[in-house]
Amino acid sequence: MRNILLIDFGSTYTKITAVDAERAEIIATASGVTTVETDITKGLKQALTDLERTTGKIRFDNVLGCSSAAGGLKMVAIGLVPELTAEAAKRAALGAGAKVLGVYCNELSEYELDEINKVGPDIVLLAGGTDGGNKQAIIHNAEKLTGLTRDIPVIVAGNKSVAPQVVKILTAKLSEVVYTENVMPALNRLDIEPARETIRQIFLHKIVQAKGLDKANCFVDQLVMPTPAAVLKAAELLSRGTDRQPGLGDLMVVDIGGATTDIYSMAEGEPQGLDILWRGLPEPFAKRTVEGDLGMRYSAASLLNVAGASRLAEAAQVSEEQVAAYAAKVEADVKYLPADELELRIEIAMGRACVKLAADRHVGTLEKYFTTTGTAWAQNGKDLTPVKTVIGTGGVIINIAQPQQIMASIIYDINMPHVLRPQKPQFLIDRRYILAAMGLLSELDADTALRIMKKYILRGEE
Amino acid sequence: MQGKKAKVVLGVIGADCHAVGNKILNYAFTAAGFEVVNLGVLVSQQEFINAAIETDAQAILVASLYGHGEMDCRGLRERCIEAGIDNTLLYVGGNLVVGKTEFKQIEDKFYQMGYNRVYGPGTLPDQVIADLKQDLAQRGFGCA
Repeated sequence: MRNILLIDFGSTYTKITAVDAERAEIIATASGVTTVETDITKGLKQALTDLERTTGKIRFDNVLGCSSAAGGLKMVAIGLVPELTAEAAKRAALGAGAKVLGVYCNELSEYELDEINKVGPDIVLLAGGTDGGNKQAIIHNAEKLTGLTRDIPVIVAGNKSVAPQVVKILTAKLSEVVYTENVMPALNRLDIEPARETIRQIFLHKIVQAKGLDKANCFVDQLVMPTPAAVLKAAELLSRGTDRQPGLGDLMVVDIGGATTDIYSMAEGEPQGLDILWRGLPEPFAKRTVEGDLGMRYSAASLLNVAGASRLAEAAQVSEEQVAAYAAKVEADVKYLPADELELRIEIAMGRACVKLAADRHVGTLEKYFTTTGTAWAQNGKDLTPVKTVIGTGGVIINIAQPQQIMASIIYDINMPHVLRPQKPQFLIDRRYILAAMGLLSELDADTALRIMKKYILRGEE
Repeated sequence: MQGKKAKVVLGVIGADCHAVGNKILNYAFTAAGFEVVNLGVLVSQQEFINAAIETDAQAILVASLYGHGEMDCRGLRERCIEAGIDNTLLYVGGNLVVGKTEFKQIEDKFYQMGYNRVYGPGTLPDQVIADLKQDLAQRGFGCA
């Protein structure tokens, strides 16, 4: 027997998954309340007691943890041109599992610095300029950042020609300044992996401690990554497979939460026709987007705003007032679950809106050009129409009886033919909420993690 | 700045997908010692500007072959000024307008729009390269 305990310190709940690695089985799962304000081990002990009530005393050979507690990993990304290095920096932060509090471009102003000081990120990612390209902006921004009121880590991932100068400016005031490769070494070429890895290292060595998560270290061998990074890892493993087992191929993951809706896609997303030109920034195979205005509880009011109360009311066959009342109710009581048929209909309509709008922003689009030589097509972003598998995870999807109803709103809409959402996907549900845990497990044993995901998510075993 | 490669942004503007000339220009300028940031075809004004800012290019070379050049190219200089890269050289060339307009007229029109050099059909890359070297040298940027 080789028992492994996987812990996800969430913003509200601490979820634990006990795995028998040799048999590739989940022994049990349990959860407790996250208690990061006082002592993070309190909620964990509660979950463990709960777990051992069903399993009896277990000895664990390994314990790994991920965390989105204490606000998650909060970052600010800075670049030069909004669509280029600023976007690249944002993608690197998102790919590392961060919550991006703000994206800034061009030369930072005094006001923007105040804003950054106010929102209080854990890490700042500073990019700008291709290698050998623009120098002024990143130097200006480094000088501005010396006005940070807290001593927070800054990662420098911009124009390599001035990197030493930028690092020097920053180290005069800040104690943790790390240089890594440029997120955009040449125009329209992304290289975000080194920045992602650097973010992860800083998370591991600095942030965990700064947030008081290190108290968990007497239980946990290591808090290895932010939770979204673990989900990304699991999804990539499930898609690509290992040397010994095939993966599922192109897939997407939809995570509807109380505050945000996250979409992950594991696919190259190349154009489907030879006559389609691929435009804009290249896309990473493993891509994550986060929509802060689309959520089921904390962001219920903004969801109403974006989706439109009338449209939600129509979808749920209720009045606008009823939608507004329900949204206000769940925003005030974030642990609330629909109590009757009417509330369930509204909940489903809200969930469907989250999925559809978040997917619209994640997937690529086609644009038609009328030229003198005929019609030409340009594709921006990933073509995800051929994606065969969409996995649902997160509280809303797991707690509802008909999650497929919500997830179906991701399907390609013939009335919006230029938005490249999946056409005929199968829907899988992460019923036991194991994706993040399997991302962690893959650090130790990718084959077992993949086998467990296939067993419980693909084949739906209980 | 001696010895440093001069950088140019190259592309075909608007809803124009003439790709052959673009490939030839890319080859010719690279061979002449320039660092070419090639945006290919169907390039919008904003993409030219973004590329020039991020890469710190000295010149933007705009091509247009399908006759709508005047419409597509108007306002690019203003955008450069707005974006803080008003020092960037703007070259334009190709089949710039439809019909048999006298080239001098076309040239004047594009000069007024803020372009530094205007080239008609049949121009060879060598001429543009020679002009660009001269213009850059005048601005104190020695290159290959």
